[in-house]
Order: sequence, then structure tokens, then C-alpha cells
Amino acid sequence: MAVKVRIPTVLRSATGGRATMDVTATTVGEVLAAISSEYPNVQEQLFNTDGSLHRFLNVYINDDDVRYLGGVTAAVADGDEVTLLPAVAGGATA
Amino acid sequence: MLTLRPEHYDAMVATAIRALPNEGCGLLVGDAEGKVSRIVPSHNVADSAKIYEIDPKVLLRTFREADDAGENVLGVFHSHTHSEAYPSPTDIAQAPDPEWHYVLVSLRDLPTVVRSFRIRTGEVTEEVVSVTV
Repeated sequence: MAVKVRIPTVLRSATGGRATMDVTATTVGEVLAAISSEYPNVQEQLFNTDGSLHRFLNVYINDDDVRYLGGVTAAVADGDEVTLLPAVAGGATA
Repeated sequence: MLTLRPEHYDAMVATAIRALPNEGCGLLVGDAEGKVSRIVPSHNVADSAKIYEIDPKVLLRTFREADDAGENVLGVFHSHTHSEAYPSPTDIAQAPDPEWHYVLVSLRDLPTVVRSFRIRTGEVTEEVVSVTV
């Protein structure tokens, strides 16, 4: 499946400034593995040491958060757009 | 330096006031030099006076639109309702992008205070906010 990936600015230092990638994959996990294999420095920003998705990373297939689609096992189809984004949050107290 | 037009400044303050008693928040879109072209208010999905979280759907839409238009999401603004316009330890720990501008709107005192910061590897540096027509 040919999938377009949008890379957030925070990860572009690890992708040599690249903003989009076309990858071939059948699941979100394969999409992320394809990015990590081309840009190894991205890996630690995507995954925890146990291999789970980083808590502050949101991954979308088109408009849908993959957390509600099975996480890294979520299936991607030809023409899907996968977007990686950081969670944006904070607070007035520690 | 962060460069804004007066309507951007007003939009951030208005978002902060409308969100009361909770923290208000939103995104800044513009060019790589830190010149803002628009403010995108977001619902604070944390629904809290102590923490904020940008609606992920707003971030997704805004990021795609900016990317397609050759612009950037430049940063985020949020309000502190009862504390100064300075990043809290949580703001610093959770700052998502070292290239971003982090704008704080404090409603603690009158007049409202708006300040902007860069946050890189836990280090906070205040920057000039230039409001020009």
C-alpha cells in the first residue's frame, strides 16, 4: 500500500528537513518502521524503549487517531495519509 | 523575535478571557522568521484552570493547512489565569518543539500581560514580541 506520511517540524531535524515521505506499508507499525529505517534518529522520538508508541506522539490515518484503531497494528490502505504530530499541552502547576 | 499584528494579540487575549475560568489556548501560524499570519484558537480539551491541551483535531487540521500553504505552525499560546506569564515546569517539560514560540497570556493582573519564550532542552529564553500594523 502506498502511503503518504507528513512529518512534523520537530522531527525534521532527524529527517534532514524532509517534510513528507512516500512509503509502502500495510500497517501503521510498518509505516513507522519504514521511516525509522531510513532515518534512524527518528526512532527514539517515536517509540519508548519497550517498543510502544511514545505518549506525546499522536499518529493519524487521515483524520483518525490510531489509538482508536488498534495503534501500531492499524491497517493503512492505498492513498491513505499518515500524519505524525506531537501532543501540545502544559499547565500552570507542576 | 515574534512579530504579530494587533488583531493577533487581541485574538489571543480574547481566547484567554472566553475560556475563563479555564486556561485558554491556541496555535500560531506564520513564516519561518516568526512572523505570525494567523491565530487559531482551540478548545482547551483538558477543560481545566490549571492545565491546557490543544484539541488534537485542531492541531491536525492547522498543521495540514499550514503545510499545504507553505507556512508553519510557529508555536502555541495559552493563558495562566492566576499566575505570571512565564512557562511553568509542566510547560517546560512538555514543550513539544524546540523551534516553536511559546506565548503566555497572564490574566492575573490588569493590564493583561503577553510574553513569548523559546524553550530548548529545558532552557527558557524570553524573546521580544513586536506588535506592528
